[in-house]
Amino acid sequence: MNSAETSRAPFDPAVLFKAAFLGIVAIFVLVPLLATLLGGFKSLGELRVNPFGLPSHWEWQNYADILFSGRYWQLLRNSLIISTLTVTLTLIVASMAAFTFAHVRFFGSSMLLSYLTLGLLFPAATAVLPLFIKVRDLGLLDTYFGVALPQVAFSLAMSVLLLRRFFKDIPYELLEAALVDGCSYIKFFRYVTLPLSRPILATVGTITFVNSWNAYLLPLVMLNTDALYPWPLGIMVYQGEYSSEWHLILAFITLTILPTIILFLLAQKHIVAGLTAGAVKG
Amino acid sequence: MARRIAIAAPVNVAGEAVPRALRGPGWDGRFTVLILFLPPALLLFTLFVVLPIGEAAWYSGFNWNGFGRPTHWIGFDNYRFVLETRAFWLALRNNGLIIAVSLAVQLPLALTLALMLAEKFRGAVALRMLFFMPYILAEIATGLIFSFIYDGDYGLVASIWRFFGAEPPYLLASTDTAMLAVLIVIVWKYFGFHMMLFIAALQSLDKSLVEAARIDGATRSQILRHVVIPLLYPTIRLSVFFAIVGSLQLFDLVMPLTRGGPADSSNTMVSFLYNNGISRMRVGYGSAIGVILFAICVTFAFTYKRWFMRDE
Repeated sequence: MNSAETSRAPFDPAVLFKAAFLGIVAIFVLVPLLATLLGGFKSLGELRVNPFGLPSHWEWQNYADILFSGRYWQLLRNSLIISTLTVTLTLIVASMAAFTFAHVRFFGSSMLLSYLTLGLLFPAATAVLPLFIKVRDLGLLDTYFGVALPQVAFSLAMSVLLLRRFFKDIPYELLEAALVDGCSYIKFFRYVTLPLSRPILATVGTITFVNSWNAYLLPLVMLNTDALYPWPLGIMVYQGEYSSEWHLILAFITLTILPTIILFLLAQKHIVAGLTAGAVKG
Repeated sequence: MARRIAIAAPVNVAGEAVPRALRGPGWDGRFTVLILFLPPALLLFTLFVVLPIGEAAWYSGFNWNGFGRPTHWIGFDNYRFVLETRAFWLALRNNGLIIAVSLAVQLPLALTLALMLAEKFRGAVALRMLFFMPYILAEIATGLIFSFIYDGDYGLVASIWRFFGAEPPYLLASTDTAMLAVLIVIVWKYFGFHMMLFIAALQSLDKSLVEAARIDGATRSQILRHVVIPLLYPTIRLSVFFAIVGSLQLFDLVMPLTRGGPADSSNTMVSFLYNNGISRMRVGYGSAIGVILFAICVTFAFTYKRWFMRDE
């Protein structure tokens, strides 16, 4: 039915309208992205007269300079360290809690779960000043953990909810049988729950990673040393230094968003699932 | 591994039915899990999420620069100062504008695109991914890209104006246009997310209802208006919820574009909080803004859930 409709489609004016509409939106999305990519290949003079076309002379130097500078790699390394810390800790802590909420019956279970989901109600920004003071008093200011731990704390609510929903679908009889068989809860968690839950762990891991990789406010507040800056902070500093040398800034932007785009193309299923999954049961 | 355990168990139960059944999933085992598995999450959450909110309420009663201990108690004065700041009301108005644009422009756009792209045709998946792409880009990068687009010397805007022989404007530097420019970027960045929500909903829609309407002789637009859209109401309500929550958190995008300026004309609540509380270490004042924002978020979330999402 559906395919018959599509093959007849080209003669329908509605389809022409649809194609035009989709085309305009596609241009609206693509133009800024392409202009950024191509702008990095231009000289500043050419950028001024020709901001959007193909470069008349491909200036590889802009990209090469950045790629061979220690600065770019340092920023990526810092971002990678912070994001990896955040993802690892979130997965460990959230899956343990989610397992308990899914499989262990105890007094106050639903109350504690609602307590955790309070985290969904407000953004980290609301309490960022006291958070700064807390991190300072713990001696974590200007460390990777000073950024990663609050990020873990703020991603817990959503992660625990998503994981718990998945864990609950593992048949209770399986756990019961294993327990009767002398297997402990912890072994069951390690050898049954976790291996069976790879898809949801990948999804939660990917959302947490993207959020942490892109984060700006928390690192901005918690870090003072340039050498520890993740890329969103570093790129703002870079832009401050080269304020109107747009060709360099555009090349820098392209190189810093490249990892995100590659990750997106590789793991698009998990990313789309993860970012819209929170929606299904917010 | 899982399968082996499942198969092995009944044999054992048959062998030693009574004592095993009595022990069952025992309290000892459960206690160990509770002691080991829950505290890390609860501790982190309490320490970095719940306590800071409580402390914000406490600090908001002081005039304090963050050093030493807070001693100078001034009661509710910080709240009075916030409410007397013109920039606060501007920020609140801007958050309102963002919500209005999300509802009036972004949501219809996302819904239209979802209806077009939920059907299968060549290129549909590629277009979906393309439209979703801005959403995963960092807000900082997006902001920088658009500060180039809007640049009065080099950007797209400049070249369009020059093409018509006019002197290019600096959109981000004028109090009249800065917020408008920010709003366009918001639509660019977030419509794809809402589109994906709608596509996911459309794909899990009960097709038999649409089929039944078609058999009864309903036209395409009738099916759309009377069957599909009503079935999407829960998702529409959810999309509105996300648009509003997102507006209340918006910060990263504003910083590279305008930093909330010029003259506070494009501040959001969070960038106002940053510019007036955090960057000047006015802990009491900043905490008061935080508490107000917290109150807005929580009130909104509860009211919205109660009024609009009762059935879900």
